Amino acid sequence: MEKMIAGKTIAVNEEGYLTDFNQWDRNVAEEIAKENEVEMSDKHWKVIEYLQKEHQNQVPLSIRKIGKSNVVDIKEFYELFPNGPLKISTKIAGIPKPASCL
Amino acid sequence: MNRIVILGAGTAGTMMANHLSHELAKGDWEINIIDEKHDHYYQPGYLFLPFDIYKPQDIVKQIEEFIPKGVKLIKGIIEKIEPEKNEVLMANGTAISYKILIVATGAKIAPEEVSGMKGSEWQKSVFDFYTFDGALALRDKLRDWEGGNLVVHITEMPIKCPVAPLEFAFLADSFFHNKKMREKVEITFVTPLSGAFTKPKATEALDHLMVDKNIHLVSDFAIEQVDNENKKIIDYGGKEVPFDLLVTVPTNKGDELMERSGLGDDLNYVPTNKGSLQSLAHENIFVIGDASNIPASKAGSVAHFEAEILTENIKRFINNEPLKEEFDGHANCFIETGHGKALLIDFNYSHEPVEGTFPFPGVGPLRLLKESRMNHMGKLAFRWIYWNMLLKGTHIPFVSATMQEAGKEFENA
Repeated sequence: MEKMIAGKTIAVNEEGYLTDFNQWDRNVAEEIAKENEVEMSDKHWKVIEYLQKEHQNQVPLSIRKIGKSNVVDIKEFYELFPNGPLKISTKIAGIPKPASCL
Repeated sequence: MNRIVILGAGTAGTMMANHLSHELAKGDWEINIIDEKHDHYYQPGYLFLPFDIYKPQDIVKQIEEFIPKGVKLIKGIIEKIEPEKNEVLMANGTAISYKILIVATGAKIAPEEVSGMKGSEWQKSVFDFYTFDGALALRDKLRDWEGGNLVVHITEMPIKCPVAPLEFAFLADSFFHNKKMREKVEITFVTPLSGAFTKPKATEALDHLMVDKNIHLVSDFAIEQVDNENKKIIDYGGKEVPFDLLVTVPTNKGDELMERSGLGDDLNYVPTNKGSLQSLAHENIFVIGDASNIPASKAGSVAHFEAEILTENIKRFINNEPLKEEFDGHANCFIETGHGKALLIDFNYSHEPVEGTFPFPGVGPLRLLKESRMNHMGKLAFRWIYWNMLLKGTHIPFVSATMQEAGKEFENA
């Protein structure tokens, strides 16, 4: 699937997650954030960078792990990305939705 | 003589003891299995105990009954694994050396991970059913509970038998119907996931069943605390769910032994190669069942399929041959849906559960992802299979360790 995001044609899956991280940039992230009613701040970007780095190192992401990351605690994570912070933050970060689960 | 040591005489460890005692030459290898407990519990039975469907004696037998002759059962508490010395240190001070170590120490609940969970209402209005004691206490509570808000809750993934909480909600619906008091009970299912289950296809089918059975769903709920005073659970986002009776599945963790030995991740699961079941840190340590961190379901059926592949890999390791990376995450689970029916799902790492027939393509008799009485009979028959075939490592006819793709309706198979 393709979607116009911030004036660019971006490849996404049926849930709206980017399928090619090379197409990600800050403008794309800003627009996905807006769609999810998130206003990006420095703190938000710190979390996004952390998620991207962990994903690059193939570390499976979970709320528990992010709470121990020293970037945010779980409470702050929820304040930054209300209603399903892991789902929303990974979408903004341009990385796959974590399969937290089984 | 060379020694293989198995840690844990639960489902996975017992199966490995049986497999290896058949496969390895007696004169060459001594097999030890260590556990601190006396009894072996049929854990799938914990689901039925609260509803008086099974009696306690149906699901408990002695560990000894299932350990084959020629395998030495050591009862005692393990203090530490010392991988550099290839030794297991016991709490009583003795050291047991090994050539090969198999970790089968399982997973268990850790209610202390959530603030207030093991508080003043624990086993009064807050219960678990993932332990024998918890399931029994809940049975006593349900026998004369007069109704109200029943909240069935999952704390965080991964958990053992990920469908069990949903089955509990379905069986509760059935139970209160039979007691002619269903209208006095509101059932709410609260989960950290976005839907009823972890796999999209099955979630669709299960979400539908929940609507049919008038079970409310609260999704994306990451619990922060149990408020004992006001009887509600509160999530990090501030969402609140009130309860009169909370049946929760607490955080599941691997054994503390892994933490003491420096072998576990942040939930005490052992990092393991998901295809070969060899631990990532030490080539002569293997991991089976719930104790590993592989992305497969934590379930007896998974341990059963793993055991066939691990046995082959242990033989290869002994002969200095390359290991097979063959385990595909195969799981096969009955899902009780109440009113004498059940679903069956069959899936692996790459294929989610779909509709079809099992185990014979096109024939069945079991139907995948569809409710039927035959599936329910299958689930009840499974207890016999467990005690008489599964633990003994007998191959279950027609069911292969890796998943079969014939007879299933894959969209892009």
